[in-house]
Amino acid sequence: MDIVFLCRFFKRNATFHSVFAWMAFVRILSITVYNMKKLGNHYSILKTLFFSLALLLSASVSMGQAAPAAPAPEAAAAAPAEAKGDPAAGKALFNSNCAACHKLDSKSTGPALRGVAGKHDMSWIYKWVHNSSEMIKSGDAAAVKLFEENNHSVMTAFPQLSETDINNIIAYTSEPKAEPVTPPGAGPPGTAAADSGISNNVILGALIVVLFILVIMLVMVNRVLNRVAEKNGLEIVTKEPGTPIWKAFAKNQFLVLVSTIVLMLAGGYYVYGYLMQVGVDQNYEPVQPIHYSHRIHAGSNGIDCKYCHSAARVGKNAGIPSLNVCMNCHKNISEVSDTTATADHTKAFYDGEIQKLYNAVGWDKATQKYTGKTQPVNWVRIHNLPDFVYFNHSQHVTVAGIECQTCHGPVQTYEVMKQFAPLTMGWCVNCHRKTEVKMEGNAYYDKIHSELAKKYGVDKLTEAQMGGLECGKCHY
Amino acid sequence: MSSNKKYWKSVEELSDNSSIVETLKNNEFAEPIPVDEFLGNGEALSSSPTSRRDFLKFVGFSTAAASLAACEGPVHKSIPYVVQPEQIIPGVWNMYATSYFDGFDFANLLVKSREGRPIKIENNTIEGARFAANARVHASILSMYDSSRLKQPLVAGKPASWDDANAAVKKGLADAKAKGGQVVLLTGTIASPTTQKLINEFAAANGARHIQYDAVSSSAAVDAFEAVHGERGLVDYDFSKSDLIVSVGADFLGDWQGGGFDSGYTKGRIPANGKMSRHFQFESNMTLSGASADKRVPMTPTQQKQALVLIYNVVAGGSAPVSLDAKFTAEVTKAAQQLKSAGSRGVLVTGLDDKNAQLLALGINQALASQAYVGAPIRYVRKGSDAQMTAFLSDLTSGKVGALIMSGVNPAYTLPDGKAFADAVKALPFSATFTLRDDETAKVSKVALAAPHFLETWGDLELTKGTYSLTQPLIRPLFNTKQFEEALLSWAGSPSTYYDYLRANAANHLVGKSWNQAVHDGVCAHEAPGVGAGSLDAASAAAALSQAKATGDFELVLYTKTGLGDGQQANNPWLQEFPDPISRVSWDNYVTISKFDADKIGMENKIVANGGLNGSYANITVGGKKLDNVPVIVQPGQAHGTLGLSVGYGRKASMQEEMQVGVNAYPLYIGFNSVQSAKITNAGGEHEFACVQSQKTLMGRGDIIKETTLEVFNKENAEVWNPMPMVSLDHQETPVTKVDLWESFDQTTGHHFNLSIDLNACTGCGACVIACHAENNVPVVGKSEVRRSRDMHWLRIDRYYSSEETFAKDDEKKENFDGLWGDKGSLGGFGEMEEPADNPQVAFQPVMCQHCNHAPCETVCPVAATSHSRQGHNHMAYNRCVGTRYCANNCPYKVRRFNWFLYNHNEEFPYNMNDDLGRMVLNPDVNVRSRGVMEKCSFCIQSTQAVILNAKRAGRPVAKGEFNDACACSAACSTGAMTFGDVNDKEDAIVELKNNERMYHLLEHVGTQPNVFYHVKVRNT
Repeated sequence: MDIVFLCRFFKRNATFHSVFAWMAFVRILSITVYNMKKLGNHYSILKTLFFSLALLLSASVSMGQAAPAAPAPEAAAAAPAEAKGDPAAGKALFNSNCAACHKLDSKSTGPALRGVAGKHDMSWIYKWVHNSSEMIKSGDAAAVKLFEENNHSVMTAFPQLSETDINNIIAYTSEPKAEPVTPPGAGPPGTAAADSGISNNVILGALIVVLFILVIMLVMVNRVLNRVAEKNGLEIVTKEPGTPIWKAFAKNQFLVLVSTIVLMLAGGYYVYGYLMQVGVDQNYEPVQPIHYSHRIHAGSNGIDCKYCHSAARVGKNAGIPSLNVCMNCHKNISEVSDTTATADHTKAFYDGEIQKLYNAVGWDKATQKYTGKTQPVNWVRIHNLPDFVYFNHSQHVTVAGIECQTCHGPVQTYEVMKQFAPLTMGWCVNCHRKTEVKMEGNAYYDKIHSELAKKYGVDKLTEAQMGGLECGKCHY
Repeated sequence: MSSNKKYWKSVEELSDNSSIVETLKNNEFAEPIPVDEFLGNGEALSSSPTSRRDFLKFVGFSTAAASLAACEGPVHKSIPYVVQPEQIIPGVWNMYATSYFDGFDFANLLVKSREGRPIKIENNTIEGARFAANARVHASILSMYDSSRLKQPLVAGKPASWDDANAAVKKGLADAKAKGGQVVLLTGTIASPTTQKLINEFAAANGARHIQYDAVSSSAAVDAFEAVHGERGLVDYDFSKSDLIVSVGADFLGDWQGGGFDSGYTKGRIPANGKMSRHFQFESNMTLSGASADKRVPMTPTQQKQALVLIYNVVAGGSAPVSLDAKFTAEVTKAAQQLKSAGSRGVLVTGLDDKNAQLLALGINQALASQAYVGAPIRYVRKGSDAQMTAFLSDLTSGKVGALIMSGVNPAYTLPDGKAFADAVKALPFSATFTLRDDETAKVSKVALAAPHFLETWGDLELTKGTYSLTQPLIRPLFNTKQFEEALLSWAGSPSTYYDYLRANAANHLVGKSWNQAVHDGVCAHEAPGVGAGSLDAASAAAALSQAKATGDFELVLYTKTGLGDGQQANNPWLQEFPDPISRVSWDNYVTISKFDADKIGMENKIVANGGLNGSYANITVGGKKLDNVPVIVQPGQAHGTLGLSVGYGRKASMQEEMQVGVNAYPLYIGFNSVQSAKITNAGGEHEFACVQSQKTLMGRGDIIKETTLEVFNKENAEVWNPMPMVSLDHQETPVTKVDLWESFDQTTGHHFNLSIDLNACTGCGACVIACHAENNVPVVGKSEVRRSRDMHWLRIDRYYSSEETFAKDDEKKENFDGLWGDKGSLGGFGEMEEPADNPQVAFQPVMCQHCNHAPCETVCPVAATSHSRQGHNHMAYNRCVGTRYCANNCPYKVRRFNWFLYNHNEEFPYNMNDDLGRMVLNPDVNVRSRGVMEKCSFCIQSTQAVILNAKRAGRPVAKGEFNDACACSAACSTGAMTFGDVNDKEDAIVELKNNERMYHLLEHVGTQPNVFYHVKVRNT
C-alpha cells in the first residue's frame, strides 16, 4: 500500500531534507488520489483535507507577514516662539555657508550649532560671524575660549551675511532635534532581519505540524478505507508484477548505448564547464573589513573613480586609496544623512562603518584630532590576476581612455564591491580584438598609425592589429 | 663476442662451501622474511589500532580533503598605506641619485626604488658623474638585503642598545686617555670631506691618530704620486687621449688603482678613420687588460721591472743597466720606441707594487708629456700608507695602543698576519669596530657597532678633485644600525644629526648648485686643477729598479677577481656565482699556473664524465707561510715562473655556509706586496670546479668571433675580413641571407629592437651580467648546479683563447688541413686546436638570446610557449611552458636556461630568493619562474614596454636613447660595447651600427637572422 510505504518512507528518512520529503509526499498523495478514484468516490475526505491544509498554510504566511507596523511619530514640534527668523531660509543659508565646518548636533571642525542661540546673545553672534578673528584678537573672553576649544581653527569671516540672514540661520539651529523618521515598513534598527527570521520559522513549524497531521490522517483514512472495503466485500486488486522497467531498459541495447553516449556527452559538458571555471572568480563578493559602499560614493555622490584610485592614471595598479584620501572628505563627514539609509543598511550601520575608518586612521571625532594610533585596513583583494600576467591600468585608463566601468561593471550601483568581469585571457583577448585604439592627438601613434593603416588598409586599428595579442605583451 | 668472465658479488663466493651462497642461489634473501609471523597472527592483526580498513579510510579521507581544499581559492589581502608618502605611487618606480664608495669600489649611481625599497642600481649619466658601476657595485644592492648582517651593536659579544654601546666607547676612550694609551682610529680610505672633517675633530678632541688602511694596497703608487705632486692621490688617466698605451703589469681594465678606466680606454679602441689606439701589455697573470691588448707579452714581475727600466732608457734616454732576455728585449724595445714616437699621444702605466717603478712610470709620462697624464684629474680613492700601517701594527703589538676604533676595515681577515692582529686586539683595553657583519675583527673587538649599508646612509665623496658626489639613503635602516659619522657626533656630544652636519659642510663644496639640486643630481662638478708638473729623479729610480732580481722558484702575483674584489661582499650570492671573465670559474679562487710549469710539477685540469672541470690541489709556501690545498687552474698566458692567486676568498666569520668557499690568500700578502717569492708543490687529490665554459678555443671557427687586424681592415674590402657565408642554391654560390625557407614576419612597422655588441669595446668586465641578474630575477643555483652546467645566467660572456699565437693563424691552420693523417692532417690537427696557446689571443663575446627572426626554438615548441613578436622579440610565456626543453635543444646559441628546480621558497637553494629579506630585491615587474620552466633573455621587455607606455602617456614619440637605457645590459655597459635600440627609428644610434661594415651575426650560416649583431674585432697589431 502506498500509504504504508509513505509511513515507512518517513520513518526511514527522518533525516531527509524536509523539502525533499514534501515533494515525495505530494507525489505519493496524488498517486493515492488516482488509485482511490479507481476504487470508488471516497475522495471527498481528501478534498477536505487539502482544503484545511491550504487554510493552515495561508494563515501561517499571513502570520509571518503581520509584523508590527510602527506608527509614524508625530511631526516635529513647532519652532520655539523666541526665534525671530525663518528656519526654512536659515536651512538654505546654513547648508551653503556653514555646513562645511559645522553640524547641528555634533562637533566637526567647528562646534555643534544647535541651540547656539542659548549660549551667546545675538549681538555677540553677529559680531562673531562677521569677523571672529577680530574678536579673538581683541581678547573677548568667550571668543578666545571658543578659539582654544576648537584647535585654533579660524572661522571664515562672513561679512556678506546680514543680521536677518544670521537670524534665519539661528532660527534654523534653534529648531528642536527631529526624531528619526522610521521609513514605513521598516522596524527599529536591527529588528527587520530578525522579524523575517521569525516568520520563516513559523511557516516551517506550521508546515511540519500540518505534515504530521496529514500523515496521521492518511493512516487513519487508509484504515477506514480498508475496513470499508472489507465490509463491502470488495477485493483489493493487486497488480501482477511484470518485468521491472529497469530490466526492460537493460535488455534494450540500443537504448543503453544511446543513453550512455548522452550521459557521457552531458558529463563531458559539465566537467568541461566545471574545469573552465576553476580560478575564475566572477561575481566574487567578499565581506570587507569596512562596509564601503561604492553606490554611495561613486553613485549618489558622483565622486570620480580616479579621485580615490588615482594611481590608475599613472601606475599599473589602480591602487586602493590610502586612508588619508578618505579623510579628505570624512574629516567633515562623520555620519551619513538620513536619506542614505536603505532597507538593508540603516544610518546607524553606516555611521558605525565611518567610525571604523576613524579607528583605523586614528581620528578622534570628539577632539577633531589625530591620535597617532593607526591600524591599516586589511581589505580583501577582489581582482586577483595571476602573477604571470602583467596588466597596467594607466595603459587602459590614461592612454586608451577606457571607462573604469568597462571592466569593473556598474560599480556606482554596487553596495558591496564584486568582480564584474571573468578576468580570463579569453575575455582580455576578445576586447583587444574588437577595441579600436584611441590614437587621435597622441604623437606617439602618428608614425605607427600611418604605417599600419596603410598595411591593413583600414582607418581605425584594433589593439590586435597593433600587436596586442602577442604573448610577450602581457606575459614576462 | 661472449665473455667467460665471472663477476664476484662478494668475497663469500670465494669459499666453496658457503651456505649463504648456496641459499642465495635459490632464494632472493639469505634469511627468510618473517611474513607469516606478521600476517599469520590474526589476533594481533585484528587488535591492531589501525586496521587495513582504517588505513583505506584515512587515505580516502585525506585525498578527498586535499582535493576539496584545492578547490577553494586563497584569499588575498590588500593593505594600503594609512598615509601614503607623497612620492610613492604603488606600481611606479622612482630613481634616486646616490654615490658609492666602500674603500675599494666607487661609482656615481641611480638607484631604482619601488614602494620605498631599492631594487636595482644603474649608472648616473648626468654631466659630472665620472664613474660607472662595475659588477660588484651592481651587486651591492643585494648585500643590503643580507639577513646575516649585524643587526644591532654587540658589547662583549652580546646584543646591546646603542646607549650601552656608546657608553662603552666613551668609557673606553676615557680610560685610554687616563692611562696614557694611544687612541687610534683605523679606517679604510676616507674619500668623504665631511667624514674627514669629523675624524679630524674627533682626533683633536681625543688626541687620536687616524690611520687609513687599504686591504689591497696602492701605497706604492700613492707614495710616488705624493713624492712628485705633493698630495696623496692617484692619476685619473684618460686613456681616450692616447694612441699608444703601454701597461707594465697594470690591469687598468680591472681593479688597478681603483679601476674605472675602461670607458676612456674603449673610446680609442673603436676604429674610426682608419685609426685606433694600440695597446701593449707586459704582465704575468692573464688579466682583462691583457685579454684586450693588441700585443701581450707574459713576463715575471722581475722582468717587468727590467722592462720598465728599458722603456725609460729608450723614451727618456736613461742609461740604467738592464738585464732582460733577448726575446723580451726586442718586444719591449719595439713598444718603447713606438711610445717615444707617439709622444704626448702615448701613456705608460704600471701596477708593480714598488715605489721606484711607480716613480718611473710618472717620469716616463712626464718625459712624453702624455696628454692622458698631464692635466688629468686627481683621484682620491686610495690613501692608505703601508709605512703608517706597519708603524701602527708594531705599536699595537708592543702595547702602546690604549683604544682602537675601526670603521669599514676587517684587518683580522685582510692583514697578512691577521691572527697576530686579532690576538693584539683581544689584549687591548678597548676596541670597537663599525661593521656590516660580525666579521673576524668584530669577533675580537670589545664592541661591535652595527653599521648601515650605503643605501641607508647620508654621505659625501670627493672621488676626484673637483667632483663632489652625494650619497643619500634610499631606505630607512633595516636593522638597528648607526653610521660611523652619526656615532662620532654623538661621542663628541653634538646634538646635531649627521644630515645637518653634512648639509652645513656641503655648502663649502657645492659650487653653483643648491643642496636640493645636488642631492637630486647626486654630483656637483666644478673646474679644478689636474695633475701638474712635478719634479722627480727618475734616473735614480731607474737605477734602483734595475737592481731587481728574481728569488725563489716562482713569483706569486696576488690579484683581485672581478667577482669578489677585496672580499667585502663575499656573502653575496650573485657575485659568488658570477663566473670569472678569464677562467670562467665561479664559486672559487685558485692558483693559476702556466701549462709549462704545471706539466713540470705534474698538475692538470681535466673535464670529467659529467662535464665538470677538475683540477689538482697545490700547496703554496711563501716565506714561512704555507697555504694548503689550493685548487689549480692551468692558465693559458700565465708567464712561466709565475703563479696567480686572488685574495678576497676564504672568509669564514658570519658567512653563510655556502658562501665559505675558496682559500684566503691574504696571509701571503706579506709587506703589502702583491708579488711574493713562492714555492709550489702538488698536494694530491682533485678539486671540483664550477666552471661554466669547458670549451677553451674557437677551433678555428673564425665566424663565431670575427677578428682582423687594423691593417687588413683599412686596406681590404669588408668581404675579406667580414665575409658573408655562402650556400649553394641551384648550384650557384648565394649569400646565406638570400636563401630562406621561412615566411618572414613583417617588421617594418612599429618598433623593431636590435642589440649591437662591439667586440672591440667589450672588456669582459661583467657589469652587464650582474645587472641582468638584478633586473630579471635570475635565480642563484649554487656551486654544484653550476658544475652540472645548470647555471641560470641569461647573459654570459664567452671567453675564447687562440690555439696558435693569434686567431688568424688558427683559421689559417684549419683552412690548410689536408687529409686525415700527417702533418696537416685534420685528425691530429683538431686535437691540437683544442689546446690554447702558451700566450694566446683572448676574445670576449657576450651571448644572450639572439632573438632570431627565424627562431629554431619557436618551431619546435609543442605548446607554442615561445613565439615571435613584430618588435623582434622572441617571447617566452612561462605559464604556457611545460618544460619539454625541446627549444633549448634546438637553439644554436645555447642561451636558454631551464629551471631544474624550484629556486625560490626552497631550502635546498638557500640564497636570496629563500629569504624574506633577500626577496625584497626582486623586481615586481618580472615573473619569478617556477620549476620545470624554460627561461631566457627577454630583451628586458618589461622595461621597453614601460618606455613605450611612458611615451604614450605623455603623447610623444620615444626619445633618443630611451630604449638603450631600458635594457639592463646596455644600460650597465659603461664602455659602449652594448647598444640597444629600435632599427625602425632612423634617428636611433643602432641604425648606423647595423649598417656598419663591421656588423655580423653570430652563426650567420644557420640562417636564424638574429636581432643581436656583433662588430668584428679589430686588433691594432
